[in-house]
Amino acid sequence: MLFLQQLINGLAIGSVYALMTVGYSLIYSLMSFTNFAHGVVVTVCAYVGYFVLSFFITNIPVGIICALVSGLAVSVIIELSTYRPLLLRNAKRLYLCIAGLGLSIMAENLIIIFLSGRFKSYPAEVLTLGNITVGSATIGIIDLVILGVSVVALVGLELYIRTSKDGLAIRGASFSLDNASIMGINTDGLMIKVFAIAGALAGVAGFFCGIKYTAYPKLGSSLTNKAFISAVLGGLGSLPGAIVGSFILGVLEVMVAGYVSSTLRDVFSFSLLVIILLVKPTGLMGKSSEDKA
Amino acid sequence: MNSYWIGIMTQTGIYLLAVLGVCILTGFTGLFSFGHAGFMAIGGYVSAIAVKFGDLPLPVGLLLGTAAAALVGIAIGTPTLKLRGDYFLIATLGIGEAIRMILENWEFVGGAKGLTDVGSGISFPLVLCIDILVIFMLANFLRSKHGRNCIAIRENETAARAMGINIFRYKLLAMGISCALAGLAGALLGHYMNYLQPTMFNSVKSNELLIMVIMGGFGSLTGSIISALILVPLPEVLRIGSAQEWRMVVYGLLVVLIILFKPTGLMGYRELTIRGIRNFFRKIGMLFRKQAARKEE
Repeated sequence: MLFLQQLINGLAIGSVYALMTVGYSLIYSLMSFTNFAHGVVVTVCAYVGYFVLSFFITNIPVGIICALVSGLAVSVIIELSTYRPLLLRNAKRLYLCIAGLGLSIMAENLIIIFLSGRFKSYPAEVLTLGNITVGSATIGIIDLVILGVSVVALVGLELYIRTSKDGLAIRGASFSLDNASIMGINTDGLMIKVFAIAGALAGVAGFFCGIKYTAYPKLGSSLTNKAFISAVLGGLGSLPGAIVGSFILGVLEVMVAGYVSSTLRDVFSFSLLVIILLVKPTGLMGKSSEDKA
Repeated sequence: MNSYWIGIMTQTGIYLLAVLGVCILTGFTGLFSFGHAGFMAIGGYVSAIAVKFGDLPLPVGLLLGTAAAALVGIAIGTPTLKLRGDYFLIATLGIGEAIRMILENWEFVGGAKGLTDVGSGISFPLVLCIDILVIFMLANFLRSKHGRNCIAIRENETAARAMGINIFRYKLLAMGISCALAGLAGALLGHYMNYLQPTMFNSVKSNELLIMVIMGGFGSLTGSIISALILVPLPEVLRIGSAQEWRMVVYGLLVVLIILFKPTGLMGYRELTIRGIRNFFRKIGMLFRKQAARKEE
């Protein structure tokens, strides 16, 4: 049963994309700008996971928590140091994108300088957790762990946004940031919270990517591109869309790599993006895509 | 002057065209493209295929490459320029990466190994002539009604629309010009180097083009030219150890600092003109004369 194996693998990759895309969509829906520095968080946390697991303790839960905390910290630092001054000045949203791009270029090359550009593989004990055999299919336990943790995180986020007071504020602010601020919501504090959530999720995504693909300097930017594709596929700014889009992209990629050719996987993803933009730019669940101006 | 420096100057002249293309799009129309290296790749490969496999003369190849890049640019701009800015951004990023990856997997054009013997014959005087011609044409374009309409869109889209400017058409025009220039630069580069490789057109290159325009100043043709003339040859000068990575670190940092503290870049909205330089020196001369007069008193 190669198909079942591929499906689980695809769902695991899709869930990692979902962790990344949800954070990106959350920031997008609130502040309507594309956070190009999101990849920095992923890369940093992949390295944090690598160092913790290789040199301190070979324990996956500890690694996840370390990646989560460092992701949260890095994301909040980025918000406070770069985006906050620009937001206070009411700069054009595109300037924020450019600043994020600058940050990600800087971080990528600093990592190459100080940690070398080589691929860093996580310790073997983590990678070979063993397999489960269902019928004739062998399913890696690590894939199930990734899928499980990601689904728990995503459900937790959905519950948080649906039920908590902050969640209500986030929903209101995504409708209109200015109106939310008039209604007495502390939007500055809310932005920090959103960046913290997005950073924590991206941190976990970075850890899982480190396990699946090893840690390397360009990990973040390649994953950011996948997150953009998932977000557009699901509809820019829509959280359920982001999750659905990520899972679809993950499964499709694995299927293309498994049944067609592994070198065509990324060609397929980017061509898919271009085709969606040409045919149905609102994606599966997006609503308006016109500029409000 | 030895051939090494002439080579660097030729490459600078070629990249200058692509920077000017990004300048029209980003600096004067307010659209950001993260995939312009992809359009350079289209120009380069189309021209190379036309000359190598089609046995067409070099100028025809250059024209075909330019036209192909412009057409793809317009094709990708038509659906996305009507949408929110982020869609256009993501579309350019996607098309840039998609083109590079398709080229890497397309055996007909050599795949990742690249295409050699694409036909040479690009010399420094030729590049210089094209540069001067393009700069002259762009300066005129920006002074024309069409150029002013583009600038109006950059300043305030709603106001521009209220003035009766067809926003979509002018954005598309800027995209077409910009992609055509990138395609021309790619075609010239391929024929100058006599080989093409997909990695020559990766996302780092796209980012560099954008960074040069940001550093030069939004809305200043001469600013972009100056920053291209300084930044394109820089990697050649810094051919030691990990200087390349440090260069990108500094670029990234500079972009963040410029956006934070001087969002208009090096030249801001000003142009460096002969009259401006003359006025500048005249002012300095006046200052000296005043001081001299004061001393005499």
